[in-house]
Amino acid sequence: MINTLFSGDRPQSRILAAILILIGLALAFAPFLFPGTKPLDTAARICIFIVLVASYDLLLGYTGIVSFAHTMFFGIGAYGVAIALSVMGPGFSAIGVGVVAGTLVSAVLALAIGLFSLRVKAIFFAMVTLAVASAFAVLVSQMSGFTGGEDGLTYRIPRELTPAFRLADFRLFDVRLDGRLLAYYLVFFCALALFLAMLRIVNSPFGTTLKAVRDNAFRAEAIGYRVIWYRTTATVLSAAMASLAGALLAIWIRYTGPATTLSMEIMIDILLMVVIGGMGTMYGAVIGATLFILAQTYLQNLMGAAEQATEALPLVSVLLAPERWLLWLGVLFILSVYFFPDGVVGRLRRRG
Amino acid sequence: MSETAIRPKLVGPTPLERVRRAAPLLLAPVMALAGLAAIGDPSVWLTLTVAGLAMGLMIFIMASGLTVVFGLMDVINFGHGAFVSVGAFVGFTVLAWLAGWTQSPAVILNLAAVFLAILASMAITGALGLAFERVIVKPVYGHHLKQILVTMGGLIVAQQLIHVVWGPDAIHVARPQSLQGSFIFGEAAIEKYRVFAVGIGLVLFLAMRHVLRATRLGLLVRAGVENGEMVEALGYRIRRLFLLVFMAGSALAGLGGVMWGLYQETITAHMGSEIMVLVFVVVIIGGLGSIEGCFIGALLVGLLANYMAFLAPKIALVSTIALMVGVLMWRPQGLYPVVKAK
Repeated sequence: MINTLFSGDRPQSRILAAILILIGLALAFAPFLFPGTKPLDTAARICIFIVLVASYDLLLGYTGIVSFAHTMFFGIGAYGVAIALSVMGPGFSAIGVGVVAGTLVSAVLALAIGLFSLRVKAIFFAMVTLAVASAFAVLVSQMSGFTGGEDGLTYRIPRELTPAFRLADFRLFDVRLDGRLLAYYLVFFCALALFLAMLRIVNSPFGTTLKAVRDNAFRAEAIGYRVIWYRTTATVLSAAMASLAGALLAIWIRYTGPATTLSMEIMIDILLMVVIGGMGTMYGAVIGATLFILAQTYLQNLMGAAEQATEALPLVSVLLAPERWLLWLGVLFILSVYFFPDGVVGRLRRRG
Repeated sequence: MSETAIRPKLVGPTPLERVRRAAPLLLAPVMALAGLAAIGDPSVWLTLTVAGLAMGLMIFIMASGLTVVFGLMDVINFGHGAFVSVGAFVGFTVLAWLAGWTQSPAVILNLAAVFLAILASMAITGALGLAFERVIVKPVYGHHLKQILVTMGGLIVAQQLIHVVWGPDAIHVARPQSLQGSFIFGEAAIEKYRVFAVGIGLVLFLAMRHVLRATRLGLLVRAGVENGEMVEALGYRIRRLFLLVFMAGSALAGLGGVMWGLYQETITAHMGSEIMVLVFVVVIIGGLGSIEGCFIGALLVGLLANYMAFLAPKIALVSTIALMVGVLMWRPQGLYPVVKAK
């Protein structure tokens, strides 16, 4: 049963398995374990980013393609739902239309970019996607009539998913059974399903071929695999997954704007999460996203305390300021590319 | 039998091939004429064309280092934008120190201040390039994926360090007295600074061309682009050559940063990574590794961006992407592809 669920790709390390179970349980019971708005929001973000980062890992870790347009697909998914909800009004049919439309647009765009630029070389693809993604971000902020411009879109979601909706009158473990809880579990189970689907993809014959293409494209081509086809399919799949993650985000935060979905900062966050968690291991996405978002939410307070404590030392105090946390993550990122390219997960697996 | 011996025959390019090879050279004038046709008003067109040339040449300054480094060593530096930002901030600091010079009406003092700022930022970004190559790029030669990731990490760290040194806010940079205002030609107003930028850009392009075509160093660089292993086999230390080119490219990015900062009159730590989008487009259009292609690509992008900003401001950046797509449809490797085998 468990073997089928995880597609035969077990964590292969006791510590890793323990951590994953801990994260899984914490996310599954987050509303009951950590009451309050902020912890619930953090948990939902972790779920969404696990999907987003795993879909990026499909591209970077399994296919060896660097794309800087991943936030573009994330944004298209989010805007699909956002625009559908603002035009058609709150309703599940609007969400359905938005999800389908966003995913299709992402897939077609990914196909176009892939066919257009994957033939040449990895670096080329990275540069083209960087250019296209920033042009897209500018375009979205310019087309204010359609996308709300820089301000983004605020919209209403179906009543069943808002705090105003009561599921039952009693409280379960002192938690109100309202629409917000329902929305969280929608996000959680969708994320879980998408993650398991991706785990299935990378452990299928298709996924194995992707790894072959990554390790030696020339040889894979010589054996008879159409490398370009595999690369393009991986790009399209990962784009579709990213836009589904975007749709989840749009439903959860009830707001979609360039800063929350399309910005280069988020792209860099995704890169950091994949590399620190471990490239080419789906579980790396879970570890990376959880660590990063917890750090983003809570580490800054810690650094603030450290800044206060070192106030006497001028330079150290500046370097420890909460706003400088990206500096340390950047250093960690470089070090992890050099010294443990398979990230936390690879590290734990090697220890057995 | 000897009568029928096969004689090697040297075939020169046919006239058609020559036209094809020279075709990209015509693109920039064609673009300018198309702009004139679309805009209609000659004085507006003149203003926009000078602005486009200035922008194009500044982008060329930043892109040239990147493309030569790639051609020579197959390394693409996604952190190149960091040098642009650092250059701009160092230039700003020097100009602030020399406030007495920049605010005096004497042209000589103004220009001296700008040149000192440029020199200082080139020195610092060149040194930074040395450190960047040694610490960040060197361990990951020949591994594209890691190169992209690591140089991206370098960019993050460099941007954060700029925040540490100069603070997180955008800074206003005042142009020196004699570079403010415009020349008036009939109805066309042309900003003085743009003329200055065009001048510096052209001088640099000619100098670079001279170094690459007429000096021993340039010969080695071109030979290294063509076939690095052979240059090494002939006894030259290509690593040292590469380090030199990397530093020069970084210093040029710093120079571009000062120029761009004075052009925009506002500098932020992110300005480098923002301009890198255009730099990448230019490098791709020109063909990875080609200086001439990079020059033409930069002019095209600069002109198009300025014309479109006037004609349809909302799609200005998208139009440069469309230009890139168009060029790649025509020539999938860029205008002048250099790196074939690697």
